[in-house]
Amino acid sequence: MGLTDADRGRAQEIIARYPHPKSALLPLLHLAQDRDGWVTPDAMVEIAALLDLTPALVLGVCSFYSMLKREPVGRLVVSVCTNVSCMVNGGSDLFEELRARYAADPDVLVEEVECIAHCDRAPAFQINYDFHGPADADGAAGVIGQYQRGDLVARTISGTSPAAVP
Amino acid sequence: MADADGAHETRIVTEFLRARPDDSWTMEAARTHNRAYQSLEQAFAMGRPAIVEAVTASVLRGKGGAGFGTGQKWSFLPKDSFPRYLCVNGDEGEPCTFKDHMLIERDPHQLLEGIIISAYAVETELAFVYVRGEFALGAERIGQAIRDAYAQGYLGKNILGSGFNLDVVLHRGAGCYIAGDETGLLSSLEGERAMPRIKPPFPAAQGVYAAPTIVNNVETISTVPHIVRRGADWYNSMGGGKSTGTRIFSVSGHVERPGNYEVELHNTTFRDLIFGLAGGVRDGRSVKFFVPGGASSPWLVPEHLDAPLDMDYVQGELKSMLGSGAVMVFDETTDPLLIAWRLAKFFAHESCGKCTPCREGSGWIEKVLYRMSHGQGRPEDLDLLLSFGNNIVPGLNAPFAQTTICALGPSTMSPVVSLDRWFRDEITERMRRDEERRDTLDVVPA
Repeated sequence: MGLTDADRGRAQEIIARYPHPKSALLPLLHLAQDRDGWVTPDAMVEIAALLDLTPALVLGVCSFYSMLKREPVGRLVVSVCTNVSCMVNGGSDLFEELRARYAADPDVLVEEVECIAHCDRAPAFQINYDFHGPADADGAAGVIGQYQRGDLVARTISGTSPAAVP
Repeated sequence: MADADGAHETRIVTEFLRARPDDSWTMEAARTHNRAYQSLEQAFAMGRPAIVEAVTASVLRGKGGAGFGTGQKWSFLPKDSFPRYLCVNGDEGEPCTFKDHMLIERDPHQLLEGIIISAYAVETELAFVYVRGEFALGAERIGQAIRDAYAQGYLGKNILGSGFNLDVVLHRGAGCYIAGDETGLLSSLEGERAMPRIKPPFPAAQGVYAAPTIVNNVETISTVPHIVRRGADWYNSMGGGKSTGTRIFSVSGHVERPGNYEVELHNTTFRDLIFGLAGGVRDGRSVKFFVPGGASSPWLVPEHLDAPLDMDYVQGELKSMLGSGAVMVFDETTDPLLIAWRLAKFFAHESCGKCTPCREGSGWIEKVLYRMSHGQGRPEDLDLLLSFGNNIVPGLNAPFAQTTICALGPSTMSPVVSLDRWFRDEITERMRRDEERRDTLDVVPA
């Protein structure tokens, strides 16, 4: 998908914040993910052109960061923490059960993540970077259902508020 | 707030967010019900040298993990070298640390006021707030706070008629622990992989865009307005030695009331924190071991519960560190090998791959700890770990030496060194039993 004039305007506004254009790389990758639902190869080529970088360099940076998805992952990303404080409070079981439950659902990606700094609510998890927990698998599935039905409004899979996405 | 045991919080940076849980992050509440931005005029009247002097005299030390003197760090900026930058490190990722998450989300105006004063003190006109990518609400709140501060004239040109100009740019990370290392953060901010850089040159001499740069933690910067308002003597009258003032400790694991507790350093003990404030271990159980300062810190055991929360004491006497202030408590049902394996898995996942000892070593530590914690260990495994760990941490003595650019490398050995210090006999015996049991099996388990 090519850049619209509005996209270009937003990109230029982001680039102008920084003394050096390359600093806009992560914000632009988030922007692309907000627009397309993942970071497409075309988007990486477009961003490279905007910042006068090679597409290979953009791919190299993109692949380093866990929030940036280089393939379609569906509408909801459920990040379950299994680091130690969550692990001893049931985080590993929560991850395994949710992964099994949504294995066939193309709209929900359940991923194991490192500590998300919500350890007082262990086992903690995020849905499109909204914090939740503690919960067991049924409780977490209930919350996921609320996002699926629209009772709760999901952020983008980059964590951007939908109000901030044009 | 005093508990029956005498343990109590001393709330400075957490005072307002605790008092106004429903709206502490709004400009209106922060100005109406708190003193938000009231220290600015005082700071501008004091002038730059006096602010740096006050921060130095307060003995304020970095609250992100390393505990370096904030005033001292500021003093390393080369004179007359411009432009220069301030970067606020909000990439909190050290396992079981959740204090900056709270400060960014629930008191962004306190942070912003600290940024304005600190930027003025170190003479920069551009500050970056690097917020961990996963902190979506936090980024939203600090972003709104920045917009509101521009609207009120606290940011932009000629702030409050002082002649000082400042722009603040919110920069969101994208999921990466090592961006929390100060030079990793600079790489990430420049649009690169967040790979740490060798020091020297230190960021104060050559940081982002090779310009002089100060990198300070969110909690550190949030403390600055209080020191300006109430003075260095007030701040260093709390605590003792070189551990002055307060710190927020994130207590988690098997405790009754996990949470963030802001306590006076030096005059508070681990027991006050874990039992007095966090309610002790759940289900009437007892502490088997605790991790005193994030995943990177060597573990402590019950005999250390009465040790003071003093950075130098914990490093010098206990051969560990207060680090990021994350206290993880594990009860007697906990398998220390399983905790060590999970922490090793974390480090292996987050190693950026730049330095060979860490890239290769972290993976091997994880593999060996996996088999040890899953019934496949061998009696000699602990010594095996120590032998190749010695290539990452030569000598294996605290404070750790390192063969890597950043501290992630040596941190991978903290769990292993802890197992060796406190659980060697238990582990050796268990490995022997596991090996015997395996000999009786017909098939080798996967």
